Amino acid sequence: MKKALDILKKHSVEAVLLVLMLMFTIVKGTIFLNINNIITILRQSSILGIMSIGMMFCMLSGGLNLAVGSMVSLVTVTSAVFMTSMNIPWPVAFLVSVAICTFSGWATGFIIVKTRIWPMIGSLAMQTILSGVAYIVCGGLPIYDLPKGSIIFGQANIGVIPLPVIILLAVAVVSAFILNKTYFGRHFYVSGSNVEAARLSGINTSRICIMSYVISGFLCGIAGVIMTGRVSSGQPAAGKGMDMTCLTAVVLGGVSMNGGEGKVSKVVVGVFILGVLKNGMTIMNVDEYTQMIVEGLIFLFAVCFDSLQRILSERTGKKKAA
Amino acid sequence: MSNILEVKNITKIYPGVVALNRVSMDVREGEVHALIGENGAGKSTLIKVITGAIEPNDGEIVYGGKSYSKMSPELSRQLGIEAIYQEFNLAPAVSVAENIYIGSKVNDGAVIDYKKLYSEAAKVLDNFTVEISPKSLVKDLTVAYMQLVEIAKAIARNARLIIMDEPTAPLTEDEVGNLFEIIKELKKQGVSVIYISHRLDELFAVSDRVTVMRDGEVIVTKDTKDFNKEQLIYHMVGRGLNETFPERNVTYGEPVLEVKELCGNGVAPVSFTLRKGEVLGLAGLVGAGRTELVRLIFGADPKDGGKIFIEGKETAINKPQDAVRSGIGLVSEDRKAQGVFLRMSIKTNITVTILEKLAKWGVINRRAENDCAVEYREALNIKTPSLEQLAGNLSGGNQQKVALAKWLASKSKVLILDEPTRGIDVGAKQEIYQLINRLAEEGLGIIVISSEMEEILGITDRLLILSEGRLSGTLMKEEYSQTTVLKYASGEQ
Repeated sequence: MKKALDILKKHSVEAVLLVLMLMFTIVKGTIFLNINNIITILRQSSILGIMSIGMMFCMLSGGLNLAVGSMVSLVTVTSAVFMTSMNIPWPVAFLVSVAICTFSGWATGFIIVKTRIWPMIGSLAMQTILSGVAYIVCGGLPIYDLPKGSIIFGQANIGVIPLPVIILLAVAVVSAFILNKTYFGRHFYVSGSNVEAARLSGINTSRICIMSYVISGFLCGIAGVIMTGRVSSGQPAAGKGMDMTCLTAVVLGGVSMNGGEGKVSKVVVGVFILGVLKNGMTIMNVDEYTQMIVEGLIFLFAVCFDSLQRILSERTGKKKAA
Repeated sequence: MSNILEVKNITKIYPGVVALNRVSMDVREGEVHALIGENGAGKSTLIKVITGAIEPNDGEIVYGGKSYSKMSPELSRQLGIEAIYQEFNLAPAVSVAENIYIGSKVNDGAVIDYKKLYSEAAKVLDNFTVEISPKSLVKDLTVAYMQLVEIAKAIARNARLIIMDEPTAPLTEDEVGNLFEIIKELKKQGVSVIYISHRLDELFAVSDRVTVMRDGEVIVTKDTKDFNKEQLIYHMVGRGLNETFPERNVTYGEPVLEVKELCGNGVAPVSFTLRKGEVLGLAGLVGAGRTELVRLIFGADPKDGGKIFIEGKETAINKPQDAVRSGIGLVSEDRKAQGVFLRMSIKTNITVTILEKLAKWGVINRRAENDCAVEYREALNIKTPSLEQLAGNLSGGNQQKVALAKWLASKSKVLILDEPTRGIDVGAKQEIYQLINRLAEEGLGIIVISSEMEEILGITDRLLILSEGRLSGTLMKEEYSQTTVLKYASGEQ
């Protein structure tokens, strides 16, 4: 019994996903649980998933990036402008846009790390700035009529599996490899766990923290490319509101708000929980505003859980010490 | 004169330590009563008992003729006991007047009557010979003036007993004179002062009586005029070395670390050489600049000037990374905040400094990492069932060994240990001493900082003594005596 509890504790995120899926299956039967709907959920989750993995790097090392939504918007409009009004071939347009996005990630990280402002405040400022830039680049209006080839990242399938899902999988595998197997990856955990101890152990903590934003920027770039394909246009508001959703997914996935703890696979499960929930609620005709409330409640629940767990472990730790 | 305060047979026991052992002391009305003793003698604990910050296990506190078994912060304040600590309790962005009356009101109603507030504050400040405007902001004041605001705050609350903890530590000489004037003024008004200081000269200038504490007990209380300095030091030290320190074969090699005119971070230019196989001690009072000095060497804080040579080669150390690369390891005094990663596994903690070398193409060799962790777990006898255990679950002594292990793993040539035995039990202490000996015999150069006098005299070969950020003396092992160390530490050349 105790063993079962331990397993449940260890895999609580996965358990939540299963329970959720079971619930929707009971209520809606095959309308929810059929291969097409599941693939739809996966496809809809892939952009958020890639962004969340980037966010995870920031949070592991003790930061936060609330500019991810604006970064995605920026990529869709710069790509679109490059392709349409500047007639640059779409692969080049995407490459340059991803580069711009990666750079904006670096800038965010650089400012936050060097000035030691709160990551939340610094990235919030960047969110507003980059969103403004996105609107200026496209003149405030969506850009349509993109070249045919450019939408493949958002809409193509390989077999039955949508390409974005495969990209998410690849990003997850590579990220997990970096974080678990390389010393570079370990440094994110170590820096997030105790930045001063890490610095005094000879780790270049500023570089690691800045790198986490660079990675986040790069992954937002990729997410932006997929987004461009999915909406077949450059949308200055494409990523609007996704910052919070990302944060929710990452915290749901067990990444500590204090840094230093978290696994890629769990974050992906966190993303799927949100995907299933949104899909299920939509099938059940729950209106958009109620969905907002639910999403907010989930976020609140996740952060409270994270915080309460810490308080509890501190308390028991103190008891042990005394 | 009658007594305003009497503490009788106060005992305070912490797990494993008797912090106060049947301590009795009295303070007369209008008296300046100095309280002295080495670090850890129990002065702070006693003060905390008097102000009600901690509850004693036994004993009685008599204040103004009434007996209490314990104080509370609210009660002691009501009774007119105020303490001025080294860290001020002031709101920096707020005016002097508002700070003086913080937590109390000068007028009724919800709106502050600033006119009254300023005039009341001015009245309090009139006690002092110096001019402070009640309207100026605290953050614009010098440290000395901030201290005056603290004293004014105590006066405004009608304090009858003011406790001053190392009040002259942040002051210049002129400011010290000024403070003494104020203390005399307080005396005239019948206010009593408990005055804690490490600077023995000051006691003769300002105090009426002196109480010396050592190892949680009151050793002696006498009129200041009946003491001379040597006697005070004798009472403070008053014992031989009673802990055993393991013997070591001392053989010195080449200089491994040379520091030339290194300064910054409140440390005046310091030069010294550390040889292979040598254990060098840094002694001095808390705040003398010992930790600051080693942090400069390690590149943890920016330096203003000076050079560092490692094995004879000048080495630029501007950040901890440089220090680690050139073979310096620092076990910092604040183990939990800076030494170990409490939320990470023991294995991660041990290998953090050499992870890069345990990796090929950036990929960590799991087996090599594990072997390394196992090697140092055994070498240091870290008691844990598993290397995957979180470091935070270990005892203090084992945590310290983990913090040390990472520097052994990285093959440091110079090891700096800042308070290596703070907060760890006797058995673990002995293990650390033996380890220091073993490492020195293996040819490491070791710098040890310790506030425990016996310890630093017992384990080191040579001692640098710092006082107020400057090197005030160097002692070779044969010259060691607690009296001399204390003399240098209190600032005498």
